[in-house]
This record gives sequence, C-alpha cells and structure tokens, in this order.
Amino acid sequence: MEAVIAISMGVLFGSGIWLILRPRTFQVIVGLMLMSYAVNLFIFMVGRLWVDKAPLTLQAGTPQPGDYADPVSQALVLTAIVIGFATTALYLVIMIGARGLTGTDHVDGEEADE
Amino acid sequence: MTLSALIIAPFAGSLIAACMPANARNREAWLAGGVALFGLLLVSWLFFSHGTDQVIHERISWVPALGLEFVLRLDGLAWIFSALVLGIGMLVVLYARYYMSPEDPVPRFFSFLLAFMGAMLGVVLSGNLIQLVVFWELTSVTSFLLIGYWHHRADARRGARMAFTVTASGGLCLLAGVLILGRIVGSYDLDVVLAARETILASDLYLPALILIALGALTKSAQFPFHFWLPHAMAAPTPVSSYLHSATMVKAGVFLLMRLWPVLSGTDEWTWIIAGAGTCTLLLGAFAAIFQRDLKGLLAYSTISHLGLITTLLGIGTPLSLVAAIFHTINHATFKASLFMAVGIIDHETGTRDMRLLRGLYRQMPRTAILAIVASGAMAGVPLLNGFLSKEMFFAESLLVGGDSNWWMSYAALAVGVFGVVYSLRFIAVFFGRPEQPLPKEPHEPPSWMRLPVELLVLACLVVGVLPGISIEPLLHFGVVAILGGDVPEYHLAVWHGFNLPLLMSVLALVIGAWLFQLLNQRFNLQQRDRAPLIHRLSGAQAYENTMLGLTRAAAFLVRHLGTQRLQPQFMIMMLAMLVLPALLVGGLPPWEVAWPTAIDPYFVVLWIVGCVCALAAAWQAKYHRLAALALAGGTGVITAVTFLWLSAPDLALTQLMVETVTTILILLGLRWLPARLTPKELALKTPWHVWLRRSRDMLIAVGGGLGMALLAYAVLVRPLPEGISGFFLDKALSEGGGSNVVNVLLVDFRGFDTMGEITVLTVVALTVYALLRRFRPAPESVAIPAQRNNPLDAATRQSPAAQANIGYLMVAGIFMRLLLPFMGVIAAYFFMRGHNLPGGGFVAGLIFSVAIIVQYMLAGTSWVEARLTLRPHRWLGYGLTLAGLTGLGAWFFGYPFLTSHTAHLHLPVLGEIHVPSAFVFDTGVFTTVVGCTMLILTALAHQSTRGHRLPDGRPETVEAGGA
Repeated sequence: MEAVIAISMGVLFGSGIWLILRPRTFQVIVGLMLMSYAVNLFIFMVGRLWVDKAPLTLQAGTPQPGDYADPVSQALVLTAIVIGFATTALYLVIMIGARGLTGTDHVDGEEADE
Repeated sequence: MTLSALIIAPFAGSLIAACMPANARNREAWLAGGVALFGLLLVSWLFFSHGTDQVIHERISWVPALGLEFVLRLDGLAWIFSALVLGIGMLVVLYARYYMSPEDPVPRFFSFLLAFMGAMLGVVLSGNLIQLVVFWELTSVTSFLLIGYWHHRADARRGARMAFTVTASGGLCLLAGVLILGRIVGSYDLDVVLAARETILASDLYLPALILIALGALTKSAQFPFHFWLPHAMAAPTPVSSYLHSATMVKAGVFLLMRLWPVLSGTDEWTWIIAGAGTCTLLLGAFAAIFQRDLKGLLAYSTISHLGLITTLLGIGTPLSLVAAIFHTINHATFKASLFMAVGIIDHETGTRDMRLLRGLYRQMPRTAILAIVASGAMAGVPLLNGFLSKEMFFAESLLVGGDSNWWMSYAALAVGVFGVVYSLRFIAVFFGRPEQPLPKEPHEPPSWMRLPVELLVLACLVVGVLPGISIEPLLHFGVVAILGGDVPEYHLAVWHGFNLPLLMSVLALVIGAWLFQLLNQRFNLQQRDRAPLIHRLSGAQAYENTMLGLTRAAAFLVRHLGTQRLQPQFMIMMLAMLVLPALLVGGLPPWEVAWPTAIDPYFVVLWIVGCVCALAAAWQAKYHRLAALALAGGTGVITAVTFLWLSAPDLALTQLMVETVTTILILLGLRWLPARLTPKELALKTPWHVWLRRSRDMLIAVGGGLGMALLAYAVLVRPLPEGISGFFLDKALSEGGGSNVVNVLLVDFRGFDTMGEITVLTVVALTVYALLRRFRPAPESVAIPAQRNNPLDAATRQSPAAQANIGYLMVAGIFMRLLLPFMGVIAAYFFMRGHNLPGGGFVAGLIFSVAIIVQYMLAGTSWVEARLTLRPHRWLGYGLTLAGLTGLGAWFFGYPFLTSHTAHLHLPVLGEIHVPSAFVFDTGVFTTVVGCTMLILTALAHQSTRGHRLPDGRPETVEAGGA
C-alpha cells in the first residue's frame, strides 16, 4: 500500500507541476487541483496508513492510540480541503476576470512574443 | 494606577477630541487644556507625596511568556520631563486656541496634539526599553501628522515626510541598539539595565549598541548631520513648532542620552560620538541662524544649536556637565517656547515672518515686543535671565575639556556665545527701526489670552534667572540624583560667582556679538541676506533628497532586473525552489529502507491506476479539451475521496466528495467565459523547436517533482509513527469534548479557534468573489449566446430552462431532482446532527445542503429558483460568523477562555436526556457560514450569464441561462 500510494502521489504531483508551468490559466487551475490532492494526501499520510480504524471512539474504556488512525492529520486535511475550495473559487474568478480585462487567457496577461 | 492614568488620559482625550465637530474650538481647547492640567496636578502630587529620591514603579503584564512587562517608572528625570511636557503643553493649548483660525479643522489638531502628549509621556515614563522605542516611534508619527497638518501645502507635506523619514529611521536604529543592549544585559527592564554598567562597558557589543542608540538620539534631536529636517518641520502650525520642535519632542533625543548616561557615558567612544556631533551642530546651527530671513527659520537653527549645546554637555561626560545639560534643557524649553509663540503672534498679526520686511513692531505691539526681547535675551545669555546661568555652566565645562594646553573647545564655546548674541540681536531688530514697505496686515496687539502663555514663560525665565537657588535648584537636584545616584557633585546655582573665566567669556560673547552684528549689518547688509555664507552648500536637505532619489532609482533598477511582471517565470522559479531548497536544507533523503508495513490490496492498485491515468490525462487534455480535463481531474478527486474512506478517514472522504462536486460545478460555470481554442492540428500548425525545448524543460521539472514527492512520501510511510499528540485527543475527545468523532471534536472544540479563522477566510473569499464579479467584464466574443443554445433546429433552444425542466426534455430529470431536494435537506440535517459522534459535521452538512440547492439551479435556471426560493447568502454568512463568534464569547461569561466548550444536559419530554455541547452551536455557525459561502460564490458566478446587457443586441432577456 505504501508504495502504491507514494507512486500515485508522485504522479499527481508531477502532473500538477507540469500543468502549473503551462501558459494557459485553465491549465494552471487544473494543475493546482491535482497538486492539492497530492499535498492533502501527503499531510494525511504523515499520520500513516490505517485500514478500518476510523478515529471514532465509540467503545467504552480508555482509547488506545494503536487502535485508531491519527485524528490530527485528518483534522488538518479537512481544513485544507475546505480552504482549497475557497482558493480555487477565488482563482477561477480572477481567471475569468483577467481574461475579460486582458483579452487573453495566458497567465502573463499577454501572449508570449513568439 | 496613577502613572498609567497619566498616559491614558491624553490618548483618551485624543480620541474624544477626534470625534468633536469641526468648529468646536473652545470645547477642544478646554478638553486638551483640562487633560494637561490634570496630568500636571497628578505629577505635582506625586512629587510632593513621594519625596525626591524615590522611584515609583507600575507594572502591567504585557507578554508574560516573553517576560515582557509594560513598566512605568517615574524618577526625578522623568518627573522633570513630564512636568515640561504637561506644563508647556497646557500653555500651547491655550495659545493654539487663539492661533488656529476658525477655518482650520481643529479636532484633528487637538487630537494629534494630545496623542503626541501621551506618546511623549510614554517615552519619559517608560521603564522598559522596548516600550520606550514604541512610544518613541509614536512621537515620530504624531510629529509627522502635525507637521503635515496643513496638508494642502506642498512644503508641509515635504517637511512632514522628511522629518518622519529621518526620525523614524533613527527610531529603527534605536530599536536595534536597544535590542543589543537588552542582549548584553539579559533584560530590557530599565532598572536592570541601569544597574549593569560594568557588563555593558565590558561587552564587545558596546560600540555597536552605542552607535545605534546615538543614531536614534541624534536624529531625534536634530543633530549634525541629521539636523536638516528641523527647519523644514517649521511648516507646521506655530504652536506645534513651539511645543514639539523646540520644547519637547526634539528633547527626546537628549532625554534618551541622559537616561542611558549612567551606563553608556564615560568612554572615549561616547565623548567622540556625542560631543563630536554636538559641537558640529552647535557651531553650524548658530552660524546658520544668523543668516535666516524667516523668523521661524532663525529659531529653528537656534534650536538646533542649543540642542547641540546640550548634546555637547552630555558628551563631555562629567557629572557637572550633566547638571548643566539638564538645566539648559529646562531653560531652553521655556525661552524657546515663548519665542516661538511670540513669532506666531507676529505672524498672526502682521501676516509675514520675513525679517526683511518686519521693522518697528515695537510701536504697534509694545507688550509682545518686551516679552520677545526678554526671551531673546535669555537665548543670548544676558545676565539675570535663565539662559545666562546654563550658558555660563557650559563655558565653565568647556574650559575643562582638553586640559591646560588644548583650548579648542573653549574657542568653540565662545564662538557659539557670539553667534547666539548676533542672531538674538537680529531677532530683536524686527521691533525697531522704520518699516521700508507696508506689511500685509496692519499689526496690533494680540488678544490678551494669546499673550498669557508667553508672559508666563518669560516670567519663568526671569524668576529662574534672578533667583535660581530657590526656584529651580531643588527640582534640578531631583533630576540629577535620579541619574547620578548618591555621588552628586558640588554645585551651586547663582547669578554671581565672582570674577572668573566663564564670566569673562559671557561678557566677551556679548561685546563681540554686538560688534559683529553691527559689522555684519554695515558691511554685509545682513538684514537682506537670505542664505548663510560658506555653509549654504552643505545642504542636508539636498543630500536627503538625493538619497531618496537614489533609493527610488535603485529600487526601480532592482525591480527591472530582478523582477518580472510575467507569472510563468515566477511559477517556474517557485517550482524549482520547491524542488531544490528542501533538498539543500535537509541534505538529501534519509537512509533508504524498503519495507511493506501493510499488505497491498489489488483493488487499491486498480483504484490508483485509474486515479493516475485520470491525472495524466487531465494534464494532457487541459489545453484543448477543458471539459474533459475537468472531468478527469474530478475523477482523481473522487479516487482521492475513496482513498480517504479506505484508509479510515470517513470525514475526509465525505468532505472531499462534496467539495469535489461543488468545485466541478464552479469551474463548469467558469468555462463559458474562456476563449475557444483550436488544436494545432486543426490549425495545421507545426510546433516550433523552442516550444519543444520549453516543454522538455518543464517535463523534466515535473518528473523531478513527482519523483521527489513519491520518494519523500515513501520515506515517511515506512517509518514508524513517532509518539505525537494524537493520543491526547483520542483520550479526551469523548471525556472532555463530549463526542466520539475525534476529527469533528478536534475541529469544533480543541481547534475551534482555527476553525473560526477558517470560516472567516471562507467568508472573506466569498465576499471577494462576489465583489470581483460585480465588476466583471467578459471578453467580447464570450458575450454572445453559445452556438449550442442558438441552434434553430433544436426545439429546446426556444424554451427557457424552466420550461425545459417543466415540460421539455428535462421533465423526467426535473421531477426526480425536485423530489430530491427535501431528501437532501434531511440528509444534510442527519449528517449535521450526528457529526459530533459519527462522520459528518457542519462542513459536510453545509456542503450537502448547498449542493441540494445548486442542483435546482442547474435544473431550472437561476430565475426560476430565485422566484420561488429567497436565499440571502450574505445573511447566512453574517449569521453564521456571528453565531460561531458568540458561542466563543459565551465562554467568557463563565470565566473560561474564548471558545471553551461546555456541555449542557437537557431532559426533554419525548426525546429523553440529550447532551447539547456548546460546540454544537459553534458547528451550526460553521454550517451556516459554509452554506452562505458556497451559495454566494456559485450564484454570483451563475448570475453572470443572466445579466441582460450581456445578451446580443435585439434579443430581450427572454432566454434564461441555466446554471452551467
């Protein structure tokens, strides 16, 4: 599992970087989305991988840390997901606004001189 | 409490003054005068009730974790300065009442003046060095505001900027110096610092600390080479010049030198820096003062010179010279404040301050003339006036410098005495003679209340000058003891000490000065000169302007050569930095380990093969097939959500899924405003080689980044989880947070403050999006109705979205999706209610609820939904944030810190006993905010398509646009 998820995160992250380096605004927004998946997964897996051990302390008695997944990294990622949504929305509006103002969807606000 | 009242009163007064109506000159003056009088009575009471050798402290905890305290400390020196600030402040307020014209906006004036008073008191009463610097900078700010009071005048703006730049830069140096000093001593507390003379002098950091602190003091007190700002500060109203720029603020520099005198003085470095700067200043200022044509300019240069005199005395560093310095500070404040006020009266009554025009004012304003002449006598050092006494002490000290062989200091002192007499005579000359041309206004005596402050100050000059032993000596002693402690030198203030060298110097100065004045008048036509010979090329102001210009140019150069307006190169640098910097900082990956802590599930592999293919395909398609790329990226998002679910994070899975939905809808709404793009194949273009080159480079970076991420992730994953704080949360979630869903309890309880900040960010973003879209101007080619909706063959294009959903091709979907609304509402409520114990919570529920409504928008269009459902997302935002905030504040009523949660146990008739944690109310706030934000963002974007003026001409707004 570790190797699978690590490779997948690499693929997501690499695709994200590639898109962020592209000249069109839409490519960058998709790149940011992909990159944020990878980063969220990274924060999440700092608490390591646990199967079937959701951090719900439903049983009686003192909870043992080994019986539950790490709630801290999960809480952090939850915040990150919601904030990611907000920044995507902001980016989108700036993207379409800039397109209206500059007449191009190039990230520099003007077509590259080629 | 008394000491803090002393500081709070002016600031409170400043606030009140700022709120008064513009024409309330009298009330403003009463208020400001009352504040000053209150302070004066308070310090007098402290003086009489506590005796002379006691230091009064008041400590208020500021940042206890850093050992930082707000300390007020009143000793003799602070007492003298507070009395000066408050006493002269009161007289200036009275004077300003008559000086300011009814057209001037007085609330601003008195508000700034009171704020300055508070800041200045803060400087002199600070018992902590950092705190002193804070108040110090505050005096710079208020001085800036007061110099620029008449901000319609260019000279006022320029003078204000110059004064602020110089003094505030000095303040930064002072901060650095104080930090070094604090590091040497190990404390910023003034008492500790003052007791650590040996440590400070022995330290290697003594010289840097001294230089930086001296820079602060010298800039503030307008010492050479930073003296140039003071004459330009004369653009301020005269009460300000009188108060800030002669009597008090510029004395902050010398105050600081006195304050730190016990620990910094007595070394060669001290003498060279302080006395050196002081001597240059005193000669330069006195010489330049002779050749001014503006009365205020003359007084400004004279102030510079007198401050130089005080600085020189401090630099000499003997206890007696310190006594003389404090004494001269008091004397200078009294006679110079009165002189400035007199100049203000002349300006006010004649309409000019030009000494080339002013003549024979004695006839029209005899009382003002007498007062001004007496005060300038004090400035010149005429016997029986206070200036004589301190100047004679200065002469005596200057004779001791350099021993028997080196007389340069004595010559300098004599020269300053002579110059002082000359410029004082030039000042007095405006009262005599016969005017050569008419003045702008016919002069007459000012209102008697306006003259009263001058009269009181001149009276003080006389009393101190005639009876120094009983009038000023006890107070002075009080200040000297505060600095020197026990070993106070033997001194005696008296007019007559017998025939001695200082007396001879005084007489010589008076005689030579009078002769030089005559000479300059007859040979060099002094009355008509407007610039100083020899030194007029030494323009500090020009140097300042050149420096500023150079800085601006250098900044522009750097921006041009190091910066770029283009985003793409910046992105590349960012990505490269992200790749390289961590590797450099960490120094490569840790030792490699191959391990498989958990078994591989083949379904998981398949899942992520799909996920990776989606991501790669999205990257590939994002340029030419946006919709496909969006769907593919969404696919990766869903796989991520499934992964969260798989790996024991149900809350994350839910949230990710809902956010994915909302984000996709959002971007779909935006797609319409992007330009159509044809592939190179369609355009029959060949990609040039440099584009290939760039792409290869980017590919290299992307592959590098991906590899790095994968390796890093793997390296983390195969290591055992270190002991963290998770155990604590798992343990306390149910017992103290009252919920078994640890993640939710973390969000709304343990880290509630963080969540509070998060929903605030959400709100800010939503409002920003809304505001940006209100000014949205689409590109011209995006305005037209898309071709798909204009197809004459398609019957659906003639129907509105609502009709499509009601009777058109979306009828089945319409019935189904409308039925879905209540169910989704219930599901949202369900996830919300159970959130504290099972996966769910405010975030998820809010997103589900938003999606329920957005689905209706997508189905039947904005107009149809909004005709039937009144949603006011702005209000949701407001209510949500308020609710969350109030829940947090509620804890205060029970005496707990902000956002402490509390669980109420209720017995309800049908439901039985239920637990209502306050976190539940907080979560309701989160829910409401999330719904408000999502709805606001999405509907604002959706509304862009329905804005009527966007429709092509000839088509009225009959066609409603659907959501996407």
